[in-house]
Amino acid sequence: MNLVEMKHVRKQFGGLSVLKDISISVKKGEVVSIIGPSGSGKSTLLRCATLLETMDGGELAYNGEKVAWEENGKMCLATQKESKRISRNFGLVFQSFHLFPHFNVLKNVMDAPVSVDKVPKEEAKKRAMELLKQLGLEEKAYNYPYQLSGGQQQRVSIARALALQPKVLYFDEPTSALDPELTSEVLKVIKDLAKQHMTMIIVTHEMKFAREVSDRIIFMEDGVIVEEGSPEQLFCSSNVRVQEFIGKLEE
Amino acid sequence: MSLTTILAQLGQGMIISVEIFLLTLLFSLPLGLLISFGRMSKNVIIRGIVKIYIAIMRGTPLMLQLMAIYFAPYYLFGIKISTQYRFTAVIIAFSINYAAYFAEIYRGGIESMPIGQYEAAKILGYSKAQTFFKIILPQVIKRILPSVTNETITLVKDTSLAMVISVAEMFTIAQRISARETSMMPLIIAGIFYFVFNYIVAFVMEFVEKKFQFFR
Repeated sequence: MNLVEMKHVRKQFGGLSVLKDISISVKKGEVVSIIGPSGSGKSTLLRCATLLETMDGGELAYNGEKVAWEENGKMCLATQKESKRISRNFGLVFQSFHLFPHFNVLKNVMDAPVSVDKVPKEEAKKRAMELLKQLGLEEKAYNYPYQLSGGQQQRVSIARALALQPKVLYFDEPTSALDPELTSEVLKVIKDLAKQHMTMIIVTHEMKFAREVSDRIIFMEDGVIVEEGSPEQLFCSSNVRVQEFIGKLEE
Repeated sequence: MSLTTILAQLGQGMIISVEIFLLTLLFSLPLGLLISFGRMSKNVIIRGIVKIYIAIMRGTPLMLQLMAIYFAPYYLFGIKISTQYRFTAVIIAFSINYAAYFAEIYRGGIESMPIGQYEAAKILGYSKAQTFFKIILPQVIKRILPSVTNETITLVKDTSLAMVISVAEMFTIAQRISARETSMMPLIIAGIFYFVFNYIVAFVMEFVEKKFQFFR
């Protein structure tokens, strides 16, 4: 069974079709990168997959459990309680971090496990500290987000997402707000996660990184999947548009 | 009348003024939050009612509202107004008036919050109540503190309006003594009292603002 299953997903914003017919399935342990020009619908796809947006058509399921589906041309959604439970399957790392500025680093990471999953405080703290250590942030545990660099903030937000032990982690352009130096420290963390066989779906413009880390790359444009395949297949694609896009970014 | 007697009587009035001030804050700050929820409600009827309420509270003089609340039991229900009701009427009128202003301040703060904070909280599984009280409200409070300080200082001076229904707060007493003694002195002293009172309020609020400087 696929961990993530999206079938024929459609989404419109005020008459503009952002996602036209997207089907993606991801198995446990897979790392999938989604690339493509701005405005191609990559972020919208992640927002639909994480229920921040309600899709207009198609189907979304985690581990075979449907969250949203179509019946006789009408969208059906799982009950709030059900979709909240199924949502425990995924985490999301935002482009601009969205850390909680009034919580220190440690609290950013441990508060959701304590408040949402009712993990005992001591245990949550121990786990959070382990995560921070793993991401090279243990010295920053008692700092506030504004005292950290962008790269450190993004690593904290990765730790925050991991603290809830999601089965799949989505990244929405995790390095687009960072300079090259900070980018590399965040990408290293994601590569380490890939080595530990964390299931990840990554929207990125970092071609070299996508090529190294992914089992599969999806090229999207204008709300449709133009090409999908292994990094080698994609980087040697005969599709003119894919060649053009990858070529430009590598220049 | 000696200066010490004047000061003692003004001091009595001062206590009443401080009581009006503290009780108004105690009731209007939470009430304002409730009203701001109504103002931002998705329900058109609730939002409409709250809008009208705020429009009346901000659009008419507080002095008039004080009189309306004070005389309402008699004119609406024919109940004889007791002297104890005076103070209660002041607290009711001040609380519902200031709640309207605070509601708009809260709304400004809440609506200025970036949507990303809500989205991050949603992804992490926080309930709506947890999101508001743990994530949003502390940040909103930091943002609205300067406006709240402004309102609070206005409130100190507005307590003198209670004079209109003869509540013996400081200004009422100052004016009585002033008329009896044909002297400006009591009014000047009252002015100094208000100034010192507000100086303390500003000092306390600055301290609270500093307390919120630990994050940005």
